[in-house]
Amino acid sequence: MESKTIRFVRRGELVSLVNVPPDRTLLEVLREDLQCTGTKEGCGEGDCGACTVVLAEPGAGRLRYRAINSCIRLAHSIDGMALWTVEDLASDDGTLHPAQEAMVQCHGSQCGYCTPGFVMSLFGMYQNHVCRGGRITRGLAQEELSGNLCRCTGYRPILDAAQRMEQLPPVDVDEARVLGQLEALRSKRELVPSSGGYLDPRTLDELLALRAAQPQAQVVAGCTDVGLWVTKMHMRFPQVLDVTRVAELRRVETYENHVAIGAAVTLAEAYEALVAERPQLKTFASRFAGLPVRNSGTLGGNVANGSPIGDSMPLLIALGAHVVLLSRRGHRDLPLERFYTGYRKNVLAPDEVVAWIKVPRPAPGELLRAYKISKRYDDDISAVCLAVSARIEDGVMHHVSIGAGGVAATPVRAVRTEAALRGQPWTLEAARKAAATLRAEFQPISDMRASAAYRSEVLGNLVQRFWLESQGLEQINLESFRLEEATAP
Amino acid sequence: MNAPEKFLAGTAAQPATGTSHFHESARAQVAGAATYIDDIPEVKGTLHAAPILSKVAHGRLLGVDGSEALAMAGVRGIVLAADIPGDPLLATFVHDEPIFARDKVEFVGQVVGLVVAETVMQARRAARKVKLQVEALPAVLDVREAVQAQSFVLPPVTVRRGDPEQGIARAPHRLAGRLDVGGQEHFYLEGQVGYALPLEQDNWWIYSSTQHPGEVQHWVAHALGLDNHAVKVECRRMGGGFGGKETQAGHIAVWAALAARKMKRPVKLRLDRDDDFMVTGKRHPFAYDYEVGFDDDGRVAGLKLVLAANCGWSADLSGPVADRAVFHVDNAYFLGDVEIVSYRCKTNVQSHTAFRGFGGPQGMIVMEAILGDIARALGKDALDVRKANLYGVDERNVTHYEMTVEDNILDPLISRLEQDARYRARREEIAAWNAKNPVIKRGLALTPVKFGISFTATFFNQAGALVHVYTDGSVQVNHGGTEMGQGLHTKICQLVADELGVPFAKVRISATDTSKVPNASATAASSGTDLNGRAAQFAARQVRQRLAEFVADKQKCRPEQVIFAHGQVSGPEAVMSFEQLVDDAYHARVQLWSDGFYRTPKIHYDKHTLTGRPFYYFAYGAACSEVAIDTLTGESRVLKVDILHDVGTSINPAIDIGQIEGGFIQGMGWLTTEQLVWNDQGYLATHAPSTYKIPATGDVPAHFQVALWPEANPEDNVGGSKAVGEPPFMLAISVWEALRDAAAAARGDGRVHMDAPATPENVLKALKA
Repeated sequence: MESKTIRFVRRGELVSLVNVPPDRTLLEVLREDLQCTGTKEGCGEGDCGACTVVLAEPGAGRLRYRAINSCIRLAHSIDGMALWTVEDLASDDGTLHPAQEAMVQCHGSQCGYCTPGFVMSLFGMYQNHVCRGGRITRGLAQEELSGNLCRCTGYRPILDAAQRMEQLPPVDVDEARVLGQLEALRSKRELVPSSGGYLDPRTLDELLALRAAQPQAQVVAGCTDVGLWVTKMHMRFPQVLDVTRVAELRRVETYENHVAIGAAVTLAEAYEALVAERPQLKTFASRFAGLPVRNSGTLGGNVANGSPIGDSMPLLIALGAHVVLLSRRGHRDLPLERFYTGYRKNVLAPDEVVAWIKVPRPAPGELLRAYKISKRYDDDISAVCLAVSARIEDGVMHHVSIGAGGVAATPVRAVRTEAALRGQPWTLEAARKAAATLRAEFQPISDMRASAAYRSEVLGNLVQRFWLESQGLEQINLESFRLEEATAP
Repeated sequence: MNAPEKFLAGTAAQPATGTSHFHESARAQVAGAATYIDDIPEVKGTLHAAPILSKVAHGRLLGVDGSEALAMAGVRGIVLAADIPGDPLLATFVHDEPIFARDKVEFVGQVVGLVVAETVMQARRAARKVKLQVEALPAVLDVREAVQAQSFVLPPVTVRRGDPEQGIARAPHRLAGRLDVGGQEHFYLEGQVGYALPLEQDNWWIYSSTQHPGEVQHWVAHALGLDNHAVKVECRRMGGGFGGKETQAGHIAVWAALAARKMKRPVKLRLDRDDDFMVTGKRHPFAYDYEVGFDDDGRVAGLKLVLAANCGWSADLSGPVADRAVFHVDNAYFLGDVEIVSYRCKTNVQSHTAFRGFGGPQGMIVMEAILGDIARALGKDALDVRKANLYGVDERNVTHYEMTVEDNILDPLISRLEQDARYRARREEIAAWNAKNPVIKRGLALTPVKFGISFTATFFNQAGALVHVYTDGSVQVNHGGTEMGQGLHTKICQLVADELGVPFAKVRISATDTSKVPNASATAASSGTDLNGRAAQFAARQVRQRLAEFVADKQKCRPEQVIFAHGQVSGPEAVMSFEQLVDDAYHARVQLWSDGFYRTPKIHYDKHTLTGRPFYYFAYGAACSEVAIDTLTGESRVLKVDILHDVGTSINPAIDIGQIEGGFIQGMGWLTTEQLVWNDQGYLATHAPSTYKIPATGDVPAHFQVALWPEANPEDNVGGSKAVGEPPFMLAISVWEALRDAAAAARGDGRVHMDAPATPENVLKALKA
């Protein structure tokens, strides 16, 4: 199927690519079509970061920069954006960008294969923090680089480089110029095609019309999972329907009782909205994949994909979130846990899309905890994920909702455990009983992440943790545990 | 934190050596301009290959049906064992590996053949459509089961000294135990890749991401039925090696060459990351059983130890890996009466191979575990028990393989780290903290490393180099070693620059190339700089000597009076620039290039009894690690690490610190987050970074301090330095022992059994077992 032209801005120039198949990745286009081999493939699944590039789009009158994994990003998805790869940072006379120079000065490259990816993540940090007058702390560097793996250095020199950048002679992007070029691109945009290989509607009406007309097209958002279907499962998609350009779905809207997160809002921005209302979710949010995945993937995609080990759903279920489904026939609004019907199966009709996730705003007295257990602290998939939201007054649990991941074929709500707790005195004994109920409520499987026995045991132990935290105990969770004297600036 | 500037004071005697010069490729690497094999512009007509993999762990291969694959778009052909013109077995030492599976398959992931197509993705898609007809046979997947069944790739080896049975029987205390330690995927960021180009007259140019171009050359020639001189192998750099590209790169290159031969076109084979996990060998998992007797101080009186190495389906390097494990069971400790039985087990999984430490880590960890167990059994501090067992300087100084430890710095090194890291005070603080806190428990351990430097195969300890001085005074150096990020080329440029008294920028390195320096050993065993550095130094020294003689002749002095420094050459009569001298010498027909050759002195050993002096010297180090575990979930964090490590006189402190930090974090990964899981069908379920977790930025301890031991190597080694590639890896055993210390604090009964890696599940199990 014929695909339209991809247009983007790179090195200050407009680039146009024709005849790019809809399921071709950005990395393939860079390395194989444009012969730009500076960007590397390390894993082909968005887990190592060697392929990181930076995209920018206009947002609130300036550029918004996002470091993303080019190996699982479809090339067509960058249409209308500005792109930087590792080859684009040094000036024409060879002067290195601070992101590069800092890596040299701090001895941040050994074998050098992960280096282009790190440099691009550093460039993203430079634009988003240093150029905006922000400081890069050790913690911020660790958090924003957790999606880039290095096997040689042990990371210390790279973290040093992240903090060194601001000490080097500043370099900034000519944003006005790039914004002008992007605006010119936008105005030149072809009419939304009603057919063709890559469909990227800009309005909700267009999206719903295309969805109804082309139900066989593969719906994608950030492609952080669908990308792997292409690179690893070798699936082919002659037609792709990209929801991420739909203006209405890119917004976070705050209402009196809930926040509505559009299905095309990136995970990074969606979690920012969640953390704004519930600061205790900050570490949980930063442990969701790595930044390049959070910058591409969307909350709507995470929900629609419905992996039983996705981390958003247990949290959203505990928060009592609803999902709004839309089609030209109308809309449906249902509790998230009722969206799923089986392993990676859901109630979506062929002409329907996930449009919004509605998250209730914090109620007074809400006690919310989200626990993630994985082999690695950052950028790993949960063996078990448990989120508990409760309201305890005068020692009685008036409200409780519990979402769990990694324990069943879908993300689930622990309704039996909730029922056992609701309206009951919240005591050590009640917590013990709830732990036993929760263990009995699910029959997890054994796989490479953990055994069934471990998952069951930990589920109950996390209820015990919730009890201890509800009693105000501190230093009982490694997520927040720090040796005071060992904390670097 | 460990910025190298602080190590510069007092080391500025030489202009290049001893300074933290940036990696010779750093500026290219950060600009995306450093070329790896897959970045080389492809020759017109290049085809791409993808492997056809066995899905069965063990079975009779009855047929291969490629009809569906061959009908797919872009597919040009299929390459199978029948297409091999030379020996169908790889030219490995043991000669036990079919290049492509023929009548049987022996692990899930074994390569049966290749699909060749116009593009990479066409080849990969088609390779999955090739149908293999396999009649399944029983598979051996467990290493202890392999010992029972006497399923071995090589015969068992026993090393014995004294009378361990008596020693154990007479000792006032005894312990027996078992331990299982998992393997490790190399996870070099650049996956395996080879690019084979047929040249005229059946000559071949092979680009290979390999630590051992000479072996790739030999293997390719052998498979093609050609002499070695028909094959040239080139490698400018690897995107990481860690031992994983010592032999394993050879397979890729041979496969690419066979495909290129059949297709009569250049063929590139770049493994998809998941295929790389499925096909290539990993660090050997080990299983241990031990029985130990000890006195009231925890001093070992007798030890009987069984090491069962899970070698996978073929021998590969398992013999020398298992030997090195045997050589390193002692780590830093004198074992008077000891018996070590080493099994080299054959199982139906990937053929495990070299990985940083090469069996050393697997030897050391069990001894450290035993000493930790002894300390707990006696209620003593583990550091006191470790110290009680250290090698002596004048007595108790002969290893179980009859080598005298002549350069022992263990006691002063450990004592200094004990002070610097406030070990005793922190031990008390942690005990007090643990007494008060019910959920999080902290643990502390200080463990030493003593690692033998040299290839145990003595003949590998040789190297060659070429130094060319061009008429403009610029210098090119080439040697048999390969660059995988460890900074070898940078150190060599530093050494050559100083030998000729020219600035670093005057010296360039060229790609490792079998047509330049032949018969080079693998860049492995931490030996890269020791061997090639000396060879390059000798080559440069010969050029310098000729130039000095030329000047001496003109200025009527002795050659030793001619000084080469700072780009200048001075004799008693005159000073001139190096460039001017070179130009003059060229016109006077002085040879401006030379070779250099080095072989390590003093080493020898009997490979049947495993006795002798296999190592030229030892590299030492110690690490003190503090951890915390969560007793509800088994999760853990490494909080604080102090390292004191011995690199002799550092040629490049930044590079050496980089090796220490990187090695430590990699070792920490081996023992904590990195878990290889094979299912009951022998299928490796952790075959991508989504399921196999190497350390990430968040795993770097908040406090991570590295210091260098200030003494030169007492043996005559290049620049007074010591090898640094592997030894720091084993510093991470301190993390493991600290985790067991924390688990013991949680249990409170003085017993801990924990298998490695310390995943949350294994930690939680250790709290209850």
